[in-house]
Amino acid sequence: MLDWLWLIPALPFAGAALLLLAGPRLPRAAVAVVGVVSVGISAVLAGAIAASFLMHPPAGAFEQHLWTWMAVAGFQPEIAFYLDPLSLIMILVVTFVAFWIHLYSAGFMAGDEGYSRFFGYMNLFVASMIVLVLADNLLLLYLGWEGVGLCSYLLIGFWYRDPANGRAGQKAFIVTRAGDVAMAVGLFLLFHGLGTLRIPELLARASAEWPAGSPLAIAAAALLLGGALGKSAQLPLQTWLPDAMAGPTPTSALIHAATMVTAGVYLIARTHTLFELAPPVQLAVALIGAATLLLAGFSGLVQNDIKRVLAYSTMSQIGYMFLALGVGAWSAAIFHLMTHAFFKALLFLAAGIVIEALHHEHDIRRMGGLRRALPVAFWTFLIGGCALAGLPLVTAGAYSKDWIIASTAPHRALWICAIVGVVLTSLYTFRLIVLVFLGPMRTPVSKRPGYAMQIPALVLAVLSILGGFDRGPFRTWMASVFPAQPERPEIASQIAASLAFLIGLGLAIPYARRSAVSLLERFWAAGWGFDWLYDRLFVRPIVWAARIDRADAIDSIYRGAASATRSAWHGLALTQTGKLRWYAAAIAGGSILFLAVVIFL
Amino acid sequence: MPSPLTRDGLILAVILFALGLAGVLVRRNVIFVLMSLEIMLNAAGLAFISAGARWHQPDGQVVYLFILAMAGAEVAVGLALVLALYHQNRSLDADAASRMKG
Repeated sequence: MLDWLWLIPALPFAGAALLLLAGPRLPRAAVAVVGVVSVGISAVLAGAIAASFLMHPPAGAFEQHLWTWMAVAGFQPEIAFYLDPLSLIMILVVTFVAFWIHLYSAGFMAGDEGYSRFFGYMNLFVASMIVLVLADNLLLLYLGWEGVGLCSYLLIGFWYRDPANGRAGQKAFIVTRAGDVAMAVGLFLLFHGLGTLRIPELLARASAEWPAGSPLAIAAAALLLGGALGKSAQLPLQTWLPDAMAGPTPTSALIHAATMVTAGVYLIARTHTLFELAPPVQLAVALIGAATLLLAGFSGLVQNDIKRVLAYSTMSQIGYMFLALGVGAWSAAIFHLMTHAFFKALLFLAAGIVIEALHHEHDIRRMGGLRRALPVAFWTFLIGGCALAGLPLVTAGAYSKDWIIASTAPHRALWICAIVGVVLTSLYTFRLIVLVFLGPMRTPVSKRPGYAMQIPALVLAVLSILGGFDRGPFRTWMASVFPAQPERPEIASQIAASLAFLIGLGLAIPYARRSAVSLLERFWAAGWGFDWLYDRLFVRPIVWAARIDRADAIDSIYRGAASATRSAWHGLALTQTGKLRWYAAAIAGGSILFLAVVIFL
Repeated sequence: MPSPLTRDGLILAVILFALGLAGVLVRRNVIFVLMSLEIMLNAAGLAFISAGARWHQPDGQVVYLFILAMAGAEVAVGLALVLALYHQNRSLDADAASRMKG
């Protein structure tokens, strides 16, 4: 059974290839079947492999070597997959959530002209993410990493007729690229220092050769962290995520839940040994996570676009995961990643139902009273929102978040940040629910969702509740991957988090009703001015430098070649007079010339 | 040393070829251009026959038969083109048909 592992990425990839090459010639029904079923079979296979892995656990991890990618003097990266409990839980989450999102897309995108293109990109997205997760060496992981980046660019700018969408796609690509460059340099450094990129070997050699806190370990971990910050939209590379909402809603669900933003968390968890060797970098991970979760929480309070609120909530939840990674609670981070994938996909799918029902209206101030008109969307959104805000005892999100908060208890400041984050999360989530679903109806509902859109939301709603109840097996399962962590009493953190949740809930209704906007709120709404700052700091100087550098020496070579070609064209065009007798004369003259050359030379 | 007959034949061929070429280059009427082309073809044929006679080989005459056949085909196509040109332009002036200039 485990030998079928390669099929999990291969199927979505084959689906993508088929759809992108032959998509426009396939009937729409076939497009949907190829797109959804390829991911569906992957999900079933992942489930079967997980069952087989659990029943007959291989020693350590299962490895599958497919072929050698290249072989250059000691550098031999292979196309090989590495399956251990960590990558297993990741492929389960990725394929399963992606399958429901694909099914939902079949309904959501039904009227779109780029139907096959959309499913092609989505399948490629899932395939890249699976390669990223299963990769046995960091180079293959980097391939999946870049594939994910490419697909995010293609999907964010999917509706390319509007230039703003294209710019959002470019922004996502360029900002994450800043992190990717750091990560590439980190890979060079790791290979230079340790002589391998195979992850298990690399980690073993790192802990054997590098003492804790050695400069090399710190540099390598910091560079990998750079890559993770870009992909996971953490401070200071977080600016692309709110703009990424330009893409179709299922894309946002996929980016936020199953693929892309979780890649950074996975990378850090995968190479956790390296981060343990670099305590300052690990501390930086925790601080960045705490800062991002607060910053995104405040920004989420004042957004008026339903999807932007969710985008900031993702940023803040990933901040929680980084916080957990930073304090060494690796399992808690992955656990929160899993529950977050369920409820965030659910929130986006429910938001998509609302958006489509209101004719692509995104502004929550023009929504309201949809509780009766769209009951499925209301109940699923409520469940997802409760999981996001951490409704105690009932929802999966509360259990995973309490675990993280309890893990931060030894660091008092981080713990306070996490609790404040819960208040903020609860506040913006319930503000959203109050504005969208309660109160008077402001825009009439024009379209009711079909079954293809409702069923995924219902399934994910069930998972958002049941997904976090029993984490005992999860903890033992992860024990083989991560170093043991002392059990901390959670009851104090749970009570504090519950109180924080209730405070946020209580404040939400008066907060949602008010309309005045202070200067501070406008600052938050603009994402703390980061876009403004980066525009001044990076974009304008580069545009300026490009403008003054327009006529440098190297350019003039190419410009000279271009103008030489153009004048040659002018000269040759003159000979094309259209006069038959001139052509005949030219042929005669040319013949005489050649004969003369042959005879006299 | 070629026989006088061969030499005279070749000289005549050169004169005919030059006359034909001059006709092609100088005449503007497409019909006359075609006729001049025929003269050039025949000049080439005469050169082949003279050369064949010089080496006592039948090849020269064989090639002349080929040239005849080709000339027939060329006239058929050429006249059809001349007709089409006349329909288009209402004139037989070769210089008037210069719409394909660069």
